[in-house]
Amino acid sequence: MSVFGPVVKIHPVVLASICDSYERRNEGASRVIGTLLGTIDKHSIEVTNCFSVPHNESEDEVAVDMEFAKNMYDLHKRVSPTEVIIGWYATGFDITEHSVLIHEYYSREASNPIHLTVDSALQSGKMNIRAYVSAQMGVPGKTVGVMFTPLTVKYIYYDTERIGVDLLQRTRLTPSRTKGLTSDLSQVGCAASRIQDMLTTVLAYIEDVLSGKATADNSVGRFLMDLVNKVPTISAEDFENMLNSNINDLLMVTYLSNLTQAQIALNEKLVLL
Amino acid sequence: KASRWQKNGGKVMFAFSFPLLSQVVLKIIKHYQEEGQGSEVVQGVLLGLVVEDRLEITNCFPFPQHTEDDADFDEVQYQMEMMRSLRHVNIDHLHVGWYQSTYYGSFVSRALLDSQFSYQHAIEESVVLIYDPIKTAQGSLSLKAYRLTPKLMEICKEKDFTPEGLKKASVGFENMFEEVPIVIKNSHLINVLLWELEDKSTVSDKHELLNLSSSNHLEKSLQLLMDRVDDLNQDIVKYNTYSRNLSKQQQQKHQYLQRRQQENAQRQSRGEPPLPEEDISKLFKPPQAPPRMDTLLIAGQINNYCQNVKEFTSQNLGKLFMAEALQGHN
Repeated sequence: MSVFGPVVKIHPVVLASICDSYERRNEGASRVIGTLLGTIDKHSIEVTNCFSVPHNESEDEVAVDMEFAKNMYDLHKRVSPTEVIIGWYATGFDITEHSVLIHEYYSREASNPIHLTVDSALQSGKMNIRAYVSAQMGVPGKTVGVMFTPLTVKYIYYDTERIGVDLLQRTRLTPSRTKGLTSDLSQVGCAASRIQDMLTTVLAYIEDVLSGKATADNSVGRFLMDLVNKVPTISAEDFENMLNSNINDLLMVTYLSNLTQAQIALNEKLVLL
Repeated sequence: KASRWQKNGGKVMFAFSFPLLSQVVLKIIKHYQEEGQGSEVVQGVLLGLVVEDRLEITNCFPFPQHTEDDADFDEVQYQMEMMRSLRHVNIDHLHVGWYQSTYYGSFVSRALLDSQFSYQHAIEESVVLIYDPIKTAQGSLSLKAYRLTPKLMEICKEKDFTPEGLKKASVGFENMFEEVPIVIKNSHLINVLLWELEDKSTVSDKHELLNLSSSNHLEKSLQLLMDRVDDLNQDIVKYNTYSRNLSKQQQQKHQYLQRRQQENAQRQSRGEPPLPEEDISKLFKPPQAPPRMDTLLIAGQINNYCQNVKEFTSQNLGKLFMAEALQGHN
């Protein structure tokens, strides 16, 4: 199924905010809507921020607080002037008739707004995150309808965001859904064990290929060759030297910082005498 | 509210962990990434609730940077409007603290102290969240929460920064701030979201945490440390001159009194009336005691740098030994 239109790249902070707004919705509201902010590129749209907008929805009418939306956008613009309104989001599984009206409002604000749906009620067992762009359809001259065409959705992270999200992933594992922030060597240990897991997976695959259980894939083979070639061949002596000098540096710095700490503690005691 | 501090068996150190929602973490990271360059700090406000004796942080919003062409920008107004708008969408609008990014761990400054003091004065449990982007880029999320100790609050309230005042309260650089452990809490819905993200995103290809290079980071940290130690040195010299002046003055006073007494004795022996007692304090004005607050701050900052450096070196030593083990097996 080929998809036309720009690729939508979403940052996880947007999704987390959407989920949070859904949890805080008013009594009786079945879904929440809000504005998406971000930047537009030639081939992609990057969604970096969002805020929720209060709205009332009933069987025949829908009311959106536009004044509020404008206000919030102004406030946000002061902090990050590069973000523009690029569309809107709604929680819920399907697109309703009301969505068309809201989409029309947003097309006044942005040139080609995208519509993001997040299925937070988990109607299909998974949280479906989809993005759409509206397109005119129908017979020219007669009533024109609006069709929402889907777009591909990708998740992108900044480097630091990636690290933050990795930490958050670990909160899934504890039953109380909480996690303290670890420090020091335990983190190095965790990273090492993760690499170990990855290596075991790769080894298992190679075993399978060698024993004929799986077909060999050329691209994977090339990656493997890159991997093996990346390990530099250094003579044992050179490596020893490098290692020792690095260790010496680190030990010296540790010693110096301990010395400084003792010094200021001493200074303090003397002053307070 | 004062009783809550004494409830813990009369000990003044009060440490409890407080939950933090993941979206706050992500927002702080994003704010720095987009708006912070180099050594500028980015700041923002934390919103949340106070639940019994725990502090829950549920949302945050960033402060815009101060630019020259925004001279008439009213920060308070921005804050008020933001909070009012957030209230409409049911977001907790209680100001429970603020966050700031830091450059290599240098955040112990007068400005921070003043801000945190005013926050804590209003709300007792408020904290300042320090986000270290450089450490985070090296592989581990570095987010710490600090609060001023009650002793330091006392001193700030009295504004008594003389040596005697500090001695009375016995505040050292080690008990200026107390660190509050952070716990990240997620709702079930966010859990589902995380599963979905993990499913759909590529495995991260950069494992910064296992990076072996250390000299760059160490250099910068040591540079900052040296600058601070220089500052402390100057401060100590100032203090030394002050105490030397003080003792010299004491001596002079003593000598003057003695001479007075001798003269009086002589006059008495000659039968003349003794000289009037002059007001000594007017003759010898005591020198101004230098304020010790800056010294305390600098010492605290140095302590912080040393801690960071030690943490970094211990991690790197571990990594180096691992590399050695790997090579040894070839």
